[in-house]
Amino acid sequence: MTKALVSEFKQALLMLDRLAAKRISAEGRQRLSPPEFVEKVVIPALEEVGEGWEDGSVALSQVYMSGRICEGIVDALLPPGDPDRKEKPKMAVAVFEDHHMLGKRIVYSMLRASGFELLDYGRVETEGLIQRVKADGVRVLLLSTLMFPSALRIKEVRDRLNGDVKIVVGGAPFRFDDQLWQEIGADAMGKTASEAVNIITQITGEKS
Amino acid sequence: MTQTSLQRVLTTLGHKEPDRVPFFLLATMHGAKELGLSIKEYFSKAENVVEGQLRMRAKYRHDCLTSFFYVAIEVEAWGSEVVFCDDGPPNSGMPIIRSAEDIKHLEPPKIEETACLLKVLKTTELLKAKVGDEAPIIGVAISPFSLPVMQMGFDKYIELMVEQPDLFERLMKINEAFCVAWSNAQLEVGATAIAYVDPISSTTITSREMYLKTGFKVAQQTLAQIKGPTATLMASGRCLPIVGDLAQTGTAIIGVSVLEDLAEIKAACQNKLTVLGNLNGIEMRRWTPEQTETIVKDVIAQAGPGGGFILSDNHGEIPWQVPDEILMAISEAVHKWGRYPLNWVENDD
Repeated sequence: MTKALVSEFKQALLMLDRLAAKRISAEGRQRLSPPEFVEKVVIPALEEVGEGWEDGSVALSQVYMSGRICEGIVDALLPPGDPDRKEKPKMAVAVFEDHHMLGKRIVYSMLRASGFELLDYGRVETEGLIQRVKADGVRVLLLSTLMFPSALRIKEVRDRLNGDVKIVVGGAPFRFDDQLWQEIGADAMGKTASEAVNIITQITGEKS
Repeated sequence: MTQTSLQRVLTTLGHKEPDRVPFFLLATMHGAKELGLSIKEYFSKAENVVEGQLRMRAKYRHDCLTSFFYVAIEVEAWGSEVVFCDDGPPNSGMPIIRSAEDIKHLEPPKIEETACLLKVLKTTELLKAKVGDEAPIIGVAISPFSLPVMQMGFDKYIELMVEQPDLFERLMKINEAFCVAWSNAQLEVGATAIAYVDPISSTTITSREMYLKTGFKVAQQTLAQIKGPTATLMASGRCLPIVGDLAQTGTAIIGVSVLEDLAEIKAACQNKLTVLGNLNGIEMRRWTPEQTETIVKDVIAQAGPGGGFILSDNHGEIPWQVPDEILMAISEAVHKWGRYPLNWVENDD
């Protein structure tokens, strides 16, 4: 039953059909509690969308709009501050150095659509980022970058944070060189935003 | 008989085998290394880029020159800030379109009044004076469909495309006028062909269904007005599902991704499009010369037979971090294994 719901929901997302997705969510809510709907329908559907991008059958514009649609639905189901939202450990997401915000926006939407709360730092450079991470007590930092030299400079962030903060990276340079994340000392790399959700689920399991 | 670079490229474009596999070493920033300049200094004068291009071609014996500076130069022309760094191409700064409403008042830059574009035109003119018809000079224009990523940001652009079709159409019209004028200005001063950079049309970013309604139509209309041959570059994005559509846009070449099977792409392009690609520029910086030779040989084996192939990286801009030793190894491997007929390919099978 849930499988059919996931499939229908995913289809609505791929068609970028916000209204259909809302309708399916309303129908699903007659049988599932809000956290159950998020866990059993939204997250699996987003995972399949992400896998589709990985194998080339789904386009990034569909991944992005799927995340946005789900973010709205989950915000209505689990409003910020809802006890079922996962707020610990403290997390932040940022674009490192460049102005290409899409990857970060997708990860932010996907994580929020999966019930996590996190800070959105927008675009950052090393100095400002370190200060904010320390001031906010961030324990998990997600960094997205499009430009290759910026990816290399994440190593400095890693060194300055002395291993106190888990760093998860993503973005085009990491997709084209699967050893790059280890070279710069990141703790994990997500090729897709749904991989980021899995990584964060794993990290938060370890840290909570 | 040894062909000139231009003859070699034209032969492969005719889907015939030239004397050897042509190769385009699209190392733009490495010219600064050749001249001992910072990247910012290097791109400050047309003469530097001309000298850098000529020195690199003499050193690596590749088959084109390019008057391309860096991607962000086009939004610099539209009034955006450009941020230079010491180890990579300059980045575009804050988007010039802050809200979709700005599109209603957007005007394209006038080429003849825009210093950064005039610098590119001067570079093209000087290169043409040096090289004549011996080698092609590749000019670059960002497609009207892909430019908005820098004009307004990727996320806002996707939302515009999906949710505000009227403003999207308006932006395409404005960008199309600029792209045509900019491409033709480069052709007039000596560019042989225009690389139409269109990663947003790639199926990595846009589904085929949406592409047919958007990027495909934009490309058909734009390329029809460009008065010279064009090559569509996907800048590392996938394109196999739209190869047939790309052929109908009027382009002659497609720049393809390392993420797709090159032999499959070549088969899909047979006698319709020339394939340009597909070395992984990001990984390249940690290849050894031996690995480089193996990879180049493999790429030639997959796409070289029958012509219709130009060897290149898969992005159109080789990272600054790739050592000269590897660029040299690529060159040596193409000269060693790229000579037609490629009899060794069958023997290796």
